[in-house]
Amino acid sequence: MRGVHDIGGLQAGPVERVEHDYQLWEKRVDALMVLLSRKRRLTVDELRKGIESLPGDAYDRLTYYERWIESIAQALIHRGTITIEELRGKLAEIEGRPDGPKAKAP
Amino acid sequence: MDDNIRHAHDIPNAHAPRPDHDDTLTHHKMLEIAVRELLVEKGIVTADEVREAVERMDARGPHLGARIVAKAWTDPAFKARLLKDGTAGAEEAGVQMDQVTRLIVVENTPEVHNLVVCTLCSCYPRMVLGIPPDWYKSRAYRSRAVREPRNVLAEFGTHLPAKVTVRVHDSTADMRYLVLPMQPKGTEGFDEARLAALVTRDSMIGVTTL
Amino acid sequence: MTPRFAVGSTVSVRHGNPPGHIRTPYYIRGKKGVVERICGEFRNPEELAYGRSGEPKQVLYRVRFAQKDLWPSYGGAGGDTVDIELYEHWLEP
Repeated sequence: MRGVHDIGGLQAGPVERVEHDYQLWEKRVDALMVLLSRKRRLTVDELRKGIESLPGDAYDRLTYYERWIESIAQALIHRGTITIEELRGKLAEIEGRPDGPKAKAP
Repeated sequence: MDDNIRHAHDIPNAHAPRPDHDDTLTHHKMLEIAVRELLVEKGIVTADEVREAVERMDARGPHLGARIVAKAWTDPAFKARLLKDGTAGAEEAGVQMDQVTRLIVVENTPEVHNLVVCTLCSCYPRMVLGIPPDWYKSRAYRSRAVREPRNVLAEFGTHLPAKVTVRVHDSTADMRYLVLPMQPKGTEGFDEARLAALVTRDSMIGVTTL
Repeated sequence: MTPRFAVGSTVSVRHGNPPGHIRTPYYIRGKKGVVERICGEFRNPEELAYGRSGEPKQVLYRVRFAQKDLWPSYGGAGGDTVDIELYEHWLEP
């Protein structure tokens, strides 16, 4: 059984040569992975495995860094670095901020 | 969804971080904020470290690979060392490498053309080229580059005769690949800086020639 | 750790669809190629993916495959190849 990510050799359409400038949040996801890996808090292998295990059609539906942040969050929960309750609480708090994502941005 | 899509052309240098254009608070943007803030609160990372890491990746781009290529074109002894040990060669050219991945430089010749892909995810020589473009990570490129490289090359405007062997490199483990393109005719005697300006990112991935 | 396979030797990629995080692409399983170089020893990503140490390190090879051996209707030139990095436990003589 082929993993959802294991696509070498499958049929596909033309390569769409679009590129986008990475948004700041995407660069921060990338930065978090670099830092967590360097600090031995996470491995790229855990990141990849998490992406490969995303449920349903998430692999195609989510964008690249959306998959990354999902996987990073999962892996950190799995490792016990953060808890589900902490994440839940933090997300609720962020949602309630009057200024939205601009609040507390680095 | 994304309002800053534009069509492919070489982006010569990285851009400085700038605020998100799209202020819509998506679930995943919130997730990034939440994870980052929790990690900072727990003392695992600092806000400064995140900022610096973003800046460091922004500073990496194809100009680094181009510098290595230009040096190889002008210095045959360096080229020999580079082909033997890409990581050491890159460092010698002034590009700081990480301690984990290993760079293999593959040389295009009149007989062999090289193309790089990561079918399983998106492994890319980030230390020398920066962050990969969307198309490199796309389903179409990853599935077809390994099976019908010549058709993919043709979509990028690259047509190679059958007598040129096409070698596809699928980065499945810790090796990362940089293509050393052939030096364009008529540039003999150019200095390194002038040569580096000719080297495109796409030629170092192997989808185009110069 | 002594590499089991020498540069230039023919190797076959094992069949199999084990669960977990596998870095041997589906398209290469069961195929025959030639060892192009020995890359060194690396921790096993299949174990690292579960947060384990990945040790003992595995020998990693770069193996070259003829495209015409991989795809029944390969449309390119006869000399075209694919080079892939494969871990020793995925290879057999």
